[in-house]
Amino acid sequence: MRDDLPVALLAVFVPFSLVSIGGGTSILAGVQHQAVGVHHWITTREFVELFAISRAAPGPGSMLATLIGWHIFGWTGALIATLALFVPSSLLCYGVALVWNRHRGKRWHTALENGLAPVGIGLVMAGVITVLRVGGGGLFSWIVALGSAGVLTWRPKIHPLLIFLIGGAVFVGVRALSGVHAVI
Amino acid sequence: MRPAPFESNGHLLVSVPAPRPSIFAIFSVFFRIGLFSFGGGLTGWVYREVVVVREWLSEDEFMSGLAMSQILPGTNISNLSIYIGQKLRGVLGAGAAIVGLLSGPFFAVIAVASAYGALKTLTFTEAAMDGVAAAAIGMLLVIIHRGARRTTRNPAAFAALVATFVCVGLLHWSLPLVTAGVGSLSVLAAWFRRPSNAG
Repeated sequence: MRDDLPVALLAVFVPFSLVSIGGGTSILAGVQHQAVGVHHWITTREFVELFAISRAAPGPGSMLATLIGWHIFGWTGALIATLALFVPSSLLCYGVALVWNRHRGKRWHTALENGLAPVGIGLVMAGVITVLRVGGGGLFSWIVALGSAGVLTWRPKIHPLLIFLIGGAVFVGVRALSGVHAVI
Repeated sequence: MRPAPFESNGHLLVSVPAPRPSIFAIFSVFFRIGLFSFGGGLTGWVYREVVVVREWLSEDEFMSGLAMSQILPGTNISNLSIYIGQKLRGVLGAGAAIVGLLSGPFFAVIAVASAYGALKTLTFTEAAMDGVAAAAIGMLLVIIHRGARRTTRNPAAFAALVATFVCVGLLHWSLPLVTAGVGSLSVLAAWFRRPSNAG
């Protein structure tokens, strides 16, 4: 049975790599369905925990795939799941980037570039709203986010880790003072 | 307001290339981004390292790469890394960027999973993570500020930005559909606009 796991991991994550338009969050429900419902690799509870870990650890949220692979098949599983999720989309992106960067300066290229840039910014804005809404911080998330943006605009070369540290400290301070413990 | 490193009229762009960074420099920048990018906001981190601090890419090049990386399937940040690596040093650059980006988190995420039981019992872990995530969002707000300011020069671009944000962010319509619809209208408008966008 376990010999089939690498193949099964590939069969699940390679297609997700090529349909995950708009980033990793768009395939979350699908991955959960496959890993929990179809293949019974993990329970729903384990899925939620792995998801939380993937958000707490550095790197893209899609490292959730790495964790699922690791959970069911150790280091080999982690490697296979990571490659399965990232290699196909990366190859496609490389091809597009190659063509894109070669035709710089042509009229259609300029039109695409100028036309798509505002859409890209709109998507970043939508992502920020979604993250701030589902995050546990409420009003203080907005305050810290705006404060951090202000500092970064004022001093663009300041090291972000310093700002992260302050952000974390502010939240810990607020929670400690208000006596409210995180519920999530 | 800092002037852009190059005028964006194509010809100058080709004739004044920035010094090409080494493969190792690309790897190490993306390795650091991957490893230090707590709480998301990786795009903001890439913008800072590649455009603000190192000036490897102009703001125009970054913004169009950002749009492309969001439209193509795959994680935005991995696509953006491939795009930047390819732009700087071709296939080796793209490889260095993506391997650099993912190799740190690969081990870090497994390390965190192994320590998860212990971390869970700490009272303020959750609060600290929320705070870091909020600060990371600030990096994205910087990009939004820069990008949105550029679109105010042009009504069609501004309309495309607002439409995308409202449809995806507030109305939760399907992202691929919105991108295809608004994106093609916006590109069409840009096609009929005067080709010069310098200024």
